[in-house]
Amino acid sequence: MKGLAIRNQRAFASGALFLAFAIFFFLVALEYPAGTAAKMGPGYFPRMLAIVLAAIGLVVMLGAIKPGASREALRQWDLKGLAWITGSVVLFGALLFPLGLVGALFVLIMVSSKASPEFTWTGALTNAAVLIVLCLAVFVYGLGLPLPVWPSLFN
Amino acid sequence: MDLFHNLAIGFATAAQPANLLYAFFGCLLGTLIGVLPGLGPLATIAMLLPITYALQPDAALIMLAGIYYGAQYGGSTTAIVVNLPGESSSVVTTIDGYQMAKQGRAGVALATAAIGSFFAGCVATLALAALAGPLTATALLFGPKEFFALMILGLILASVLSSGPFIEGIGMVVLGMLLSLVGTDLNSGSQRFAFGIPQLFDGLDFVPLAMGIFGFAEIVKNLEQDDKLSLVTQKITNLFPTRDDFRRMVPAMLRGTALGTLLGVLPGGGAVLSSFASYTLEKKLSRHPEQFGKGAIEGVAGPESANNAGAQTSFIPLLTLGVPSNVVMALMVGAMNIHNIHPGPEVMTKNPTLFWGLIASMWVGNLMLLILNLPLVGLWVKLLTIPYRYLFPAIMVFCSIGVYSINSGTFEVYEAAVFCVFGYILIKLQLPAAPLLLGLVLGPAIEENFRRAMVLSRGDATVLLTSPLSASLLAAAAIAVLLIMLPTIRARREEALQE
Repeated sequence: MKGLAIRNQRAFASGALFLAFAIFFFLVALEYPAGTAAKMGPGYFPRMLAIVLAAIGLVVMLGAIKPGASREALRQWDLKGLAWITGSVVLFGALLFPLGLVGALFVLIMVSSKASPEFTWTGALTNAAVLIVLCLAVFVYGLGLPLPVWPSLFN
Repeated sequence: MDLFHNLAIGFATAAQPANLLYAFFGCLLGTLIGVLPGLGPLATIAMLLPITYALQPDAALIMLAGIYYGAQYGGSTTAIVVNLPGESSSVVTTIDGYQMAKQGRAGVALATAAIGSFFAGCVATLALAALAGPLTATALLFGPKEFFALMILGLILASVLSSGPFIEGIGMVVLGMLLSLVGTDLNSGSQRFAFGIPQLFDGLDFVPLAMGIFGFAEIVKNLEQDDKLSLVTQKITNLFPTRDDFRRMVPAMLRGTALGTLLGVLPGGGAVLSSFASYTLEKKLSRHPEQFGKGAIEGVAGPESANNAGAQTSFIPLLTLGVPSNVVMALMVGAMNIHNIHPGPEVMTKNPTLFWGLIASMWVGNLMLLILNLPLVGLWVKLLTIPYRYLFPAIMVFCSIGVYSINSGTFEVYEAAVFCVFGYILIKLQLPAAPLLLGLVLGPAIEENFRRAMVLSRGDATVLLTSPLSASLLAAAAIAVLLIMLPTIRARREEALQE
């Protein structure tokens, strides 16, 4: 029974990821006309690539369960850190227009700072003040990038 | 005497006060950010990209190139002083450089790195200028099938040289190519994988993807491993190598420069490969291999020269053939496209002042870096005392503004957030991101050339193997795959690519 155990969890998951992407792209590509080798339609190349990727995914997955595969567990995930960082980026995008650059940067810096195990309120607030001034000086006044500086209510 | 004529055009462009200033800014910013651990040239260029939007194309490219090799210089400083490679090509420098620092010879190690890099930079500039003409002439002989074969070779080599199992690297290349299909199909005009989202009609942008993966996801990773920096506290004095040091470092520099110049030109090559290869070579040739890992000056001089030479000559395939040989060059394509310059054989003929100006500015930049780095090294080292908890929000801010500025739209910001999650998954699965990005950048050109080649041959795929040039390029790719399958080479590669 030991033969079918997933010895290398990391590689198995990698192969599964490839396979999942391959299936997704292949199914979507089926909606596009394939054409012929001499006159390829928009669906020809994607199907070809998806088949190659599916084959690679299967080879990687098989390699992870064969008896000689090295044992490797999946690594620990830090979902909290990921959530703070990704969340701060999404908030920046969502708040840039209603709040303007100053407000959106403030939220971005405070929320992302929370991802650090060494978070302190004073540290994060000082950092926010310094970075906002720097960004206004460099990007808005120095380079003249078209960024909304203040909340849209004031415009 | 074309070479001198061309270099003269180049220096005339590079020596304009404005361009000198931008080269200086690029070098300064590059060093500044390259010193900070966890930020390599790629993230640095991506972050600073918006600064170049407002500039003239030649000034923008000169500044970007300056940022690139400035980051390389800065990376060496971090490697030597705190045993953390600022970027992947300084990984080997940590081995002997940090040992030298522990013996109180940090100054000498830093000087060796700077002098080696400068010398290599001078040689590589000349090589670039000399090779550009002939290579561009060759590129003009290339048809669709040759370009297709060349890009396949490049992608195979890039996967061979990335860390982790080869098959997973190839998988990442193919995945990157699939992602590159998103957008409008140029031949039929129909939308593929865009799902009706208008912002996707132009395809997935390279910059948000690179920033999501190399900027944001990297931060999540760094926050997990909260090791404190092991800063060398002693003052850095005594920059001057002794006579004995010179006797040992000069041959290593010469060999490193030669190796780096050659390997940089290879598709998939560049700074990382060059520095690893040089370290191995120095250790093999040394009469005292036991000193390596304990502060051998050759172990700093060789790889540092090699990585700078490789970094510079990796511009050759990009500027002459339009094929980026590594991820940083792929990002340069993105940067050039923003300024409406499409890298390839036409750049040299259509835009000679830009082309030669960029090459000449590389020499100028190297000179500036020598001056910036040797006397000011103490200042750079001080930067390392900024705690990461202040640093990473700054990176977040620069990346976010940078992503927004590509199109002045928030769609790219969300795109980067999605790729942050995706990049984190890749980190956890230890899948290499570099081949993915190369696949993404080269994907459209590969499809285009493949389709054109098939139209010309009326659907007969064997033309790829019957035309001598494309056949030999594909044969080289096949040989690379076969070699990597050999057990001894496989073991060697794993050893060499281990960090």
